[in-house]
Amino acid sequence: MKRIHVNEEYCIGCRLCEIHCLVQHSQSRKIIKAFKEEAPRAMARLVVEEEGPLSFAMQCRHCEEAACLEACMTGAMHRDEETGAVLCDEEKCVGCWMCIMVCPYGAIQRSLIGRSAASKCDLCYGNETPVCVANCPNEALIFVDETPSDNGAQ
Amino acid sequence: MRYVMIGNSAAAVGAVEAIRQSDPHNPITIIADEPHHTYSRPLISYLLGQVVDESRMQYRPDDFYERHNVETMLGVEVSNVNTQDKMVSLSGGGTISYDKLLIATGGKPFVPPLPGADLEGVFTFTTWQDAREIDRYIKDHRVESALVVGGGLIGLKTTEALIERDLSITLVELADRILSATFDRTASKLSERILQRAKVDVRTGTTVEEIIGRGARVDHAVLRDGERINCDLVVFAIGVRPNTGLISEDAGIEVNRGICVDEHMQTTAPDVYAAGDCVEAYDMLIDACRPIAIWPNAYRQGSIAGSNMAGVLKTYDGSFPMNSIEVCGVPTISVGITDPPRDEDGYEIIDKYDRDAQIYKKLVLHHNHLVGAIFVGDIDRAGIYTGLIHDRVDVRPFKEHLLSGNFGLISLPIGYRKHLVVGEGIEV
Repeated sequence: MKRIHVNEEYCIGCRLCEIHCLVQHSQSRKIIKAFKEEAPRAMARLVVEEEGPLSFAMQCRHCEEAACLEACMTGAMHRDEETGAVLCDEEKCVGCWMCIMVCPYGAIQRSLIGRSAASKCDLCYGNETPVCVANCPNEALIFVDETPSDNGAQ
Repeated sequence: MRYVMIGNSAAAVGAVEAIRQSDPHNPITIIADEPHHTYSRPLISYLLGQVVDESRMQYRPDDFYERHNVETMLGVEVSNVNTQDKMVSLSGGGTISYDKLLIATGGKPFVPPLPGADLEGVFTFTTWQDAREIDRYIKDHRVESALVVGGGLIGLKTTEALIERDLSITLVELADRILSATFDRTASKLSERILQRAKVDVRTGTTVEEIIGRGARVDHAVLRDGERINCDLVVFAIGVRPNTGLISEDAGIEVNRGICVDEHMQTTAPDVYAAGDCVEAYDMLIDACRPIAIWPNAYRQGSIAGSNMAGVLKTYDGSFPMNSIEVCGVPTISVGITDPPRDEDGYEIIDKYDRDAQIYKKLVLHHNHLVGAIFVGDIDRAGIYTGLIHDRVDVRPFKEHLLSGNFGLISLPIGYRKHLVVGEGIEV
């Protein structure tokens, strides 16, 4: 499957990925509306980490052996059969946060917008390229085909 | 080649999904005493609290069995496992032969033998049926007050559900604090205060001696010191034990506190595997086997068992206790050893307690390796710590950052970070 690779050496910490991710997951998908009019504001599905000159974006790795899938007690967390992406059915999720407890990347956040549900990267479901990758100005995020056995959390 | 599974919850589903990755054809039969499609047991407290309805109880989609080519025998009880002739006997008569068997019978709630425990209105709370019966009892008898016996995780979830039902609740815990198995004193006391703010009467260091009825139904309970607690409903949430009743002594399946399994989740009998709350599997933190009845373990163990049953060798590398529950809307997570013995060397505590924000974080280190964590009020990115425990990472290079505000993968040594992000042995 295609996965997002993170090249921390190229990240300039501009946070465009975060902004575009938020907009993509807003109701209007329009930047000004998403930031000015939608309340509560949508959440970015990735985390930008920054410490001095070092920075990188971290989103769900869509692990082959995904700890969140195993831990999810409702069955909300599931693997999309077509793309291989790990997705959360936010209607089914009750916000028990077992996934947050087990994700070694810290890539799942609590969404408290409306009902509580786990909020995570969906690889911009339906898009050819995730918006964080498409809008990264320095190829710190790239979307590449990867053989399944190359990745996967324990 | 026929796979048979006794049980229909996380471990059995994990096994089915693992088997079908390598073996799409050989028949799988699931036998379970409950009549339902596979459902999420932990959701019963949400169901009783009317946070979810029955339509959301299912753990896998409607067509799960069909798509995985599974034959089900639901509402059917197994009475015995005959490992000599490789067959299981059904309570209603008849036998089913197996080539590979998975025992995933889960846990059984414990009710102390005390006077009045058989009255109407006394319940345990582990199954969908329990939730339905308690719900009906609350409605039919206009229940206003409830007594929850046991201040562990099930007791807390029960209490939370009953708060949603607007009952006046007394919670009784034998230990001197609630959640004593998973929390330290600070986190326990914090949780007690959260419950008290929700008007729960929390009684620690005491226990129920007797339940007194009026006619056939519960009327009040008597505590150890003689105090009477009025209650229309009693729920026992003292604990769950591995459900191993169907294993007879001559089966050749070793049972200690739970069913003993090796690193392939195989029991001491050939071709018989076991997984989930009924087993005692390897706990990597205490370096011994013990039952850890939690959902993620059940699925993982079932999945490992399933792979091995299908001939794909996989090893269970062990686990440790971990729980995530909300206490009246306050998220909490506890992982591993959270309250180490004071008289043992090598432990070190790093903690942070913000009384105003009601946020408590605690890390337990043992010889510079993280072995436990507690988070109350702020659980963001807790899994990074769980990962450090699992991967036995030496935290010395970043120890002082462990509970700093922006702790994240960025705080970790570059080698470990890249191992996480791009997988072992791959250079970016």
